[in-house]
Amino acid sequence: MIGGAVLASTLDLLALSPPGWGATLLSGLAKSVLIALGAFGLGLLIGTLGAYGKLYGGPLARDLLAIYTTIVRAVPELILILILYFAFTSSINTLLLSWGFERIQISGFAAGIAVLGVVQGAYATEVLRGAILSVPSGQIEAARAMGMPPLMLAWRVTLPQMLAAAIPGLANLWLIATKDTALLAVVGFAELTLVTRQAASTTKAFFTFFMAAGMLYLVISVFSTLLFARLETWARRGQVRPGTS
Amino acid sequence: MQANPAPGQTAIADPAPVPGFWAPRRIVLALIAVALVSWSVASLNWTWLANPKYQVLLLQGAWNTTWILVVTMVLGMLLAIPLGLAQAVGPWWLATPAHAFCGLIRGTPLLLQLWLLYYGLGSLFPSIPWIRESDLWPILRQAWPYAVLALTLSVAGYEGEVMRGAFKGVPHGQLESAKAMGMPRFTIFRRIWLPQALQRVLPTLGGETVLTLKATPLVATITVVDIYAVSSRIRQDTFVVYEPLLLLAVVYMAIAGLIVLLFRWLEARVPQKTA
Repeated sequence: MIGGAVLASTLDLLALSPPGWGATLLSGLAKSVLIALGAFGLGLLIGTLGAYGKLYGGPLARDLLAIYTTIVRAVPELILILILYFAFTSSINTLLLSWGFERIQISGFAAGIAVLGVVQGAYATEVLRGAILSVPSGQIEAARAMGMPPLMLAWRVTLPQMLAAAIPGLANLWLIATKDTALLAVVGFAELTLVTRQAASTTKAFFTFFMAAGMLYLVISVFSTLLFARLETWARRGQVRPGTS
Repeated sequence: MQANPAPGQTAIADPAPVPGFWAPRRIVLALIAVALVSWSVASLNWTWLANPKYQVLLLQGAWNTTWILVVTMVLGMLLAIPLGLAQAVGPWWLATPAHAFCGLIRGTPLLLQLWLLYYGLGSLFPSIPWIRESDLWPILRQAWPYAVLALTLSVAGYEGEVMRGAFKGVPHGQLESAKAMGMPRFTIFRRIWLPQALQRVLPTLGGETVLTLKATPLVATITVVDIYAVSSRIRQDTFVVYEPLLLLAVVYMAIAGLIVLLFRWLEARVPQKTA
């Protein structure tokens, strides 16, 4: 009951114009979504290369990829973010200094995308590897036998067909990406969770703000689940549904 | 993915010798790893490790991380069983809230849930007189109950979804025949349904435990002194940037490896019917 009364009296703190913190929360949300999009995209790129490397690469490439995926999946994201964040920024600066340039301040935005992208890449490698394996091997062999060059084979045969099998895993990864952006709050990047905490501790209306932020995250998750479901039906459009043939 | 070779071919083609684990490239990789480790031992700053104060703190932190992990996994699984059951076979008034709970937990970041519980409940409780006067108040004033609560709810949310599939996956005929033999409903659940559902989730449970382990450092943000918090404190005290983080990564990798080995052992003990 007390919680309800507190909520009602603090709801106008969520207003968009300055006495309310609504605009701050929404800009935090925008940053979170942008970072998640960037990290997801980078993760897809790394994951595609990694999956092909694990399946068709030489023994050394496979070993190195196995080390990469094992380490990333065993060490907490928070620690990877801290290590990569410091290592990434300081190594870029060392490189710049050694080439005779000025030291630069790397934006939290770019560092966040790079770090989360490396983490996502490890998981995407496994998802895409499984999806590529689900493509009937006869089709790939047939395309090879017809002399199709490898890139065209990937573009025309493997990638379109593996998409259907990959989408559920990729949807999961996208949701993980949106939630992992919250970890950047710990290194002080002003995404949704951190601005929520700032707003909450300024106004002491903890429940209102944390629940509002939770709603925003939920909206993203529900919306993207619907989107990925439609994407999956689209990706499966050429497949024979069981029972209809 | 290999097609079976025609029967005539196998007799002729001698199978290529399978290289063992220690192929030449692996030896080179291992040498590089040894070189990296000895370089970091020799040239990085590890003097803080010799400080007895930090040794004690590190052991305490490792212990806190371990017990939080074990307690939240056990409590979370205990909650996940009714959640999965409600979603799998419950009436709509049980299934809908359970489904909504799992969606809520899986749809929002754990950090946000943790802060909502710690700051939200933590600011609400002192304003309620009977809570402040109760015997529980000295415990509720500390941070760890909120950490355990948040992690437990998180495990319950994720595992509830997994248990739903596991309960549905148990062959229906077995439950029906048990019912036909006149077995009481609870005995059916205890002897047939639950054991088989647990057997089904066992392969994924190891991975979920590692995921929970990776979520535990978040509790450091609400002042629980786990191993991550200890390393942050060492970094602040000594201004050593990387080394405590590297030690931390090694410790988490070791714990994750132990969890994987434990579940492999458990899985080997559970009888599996192989056709």
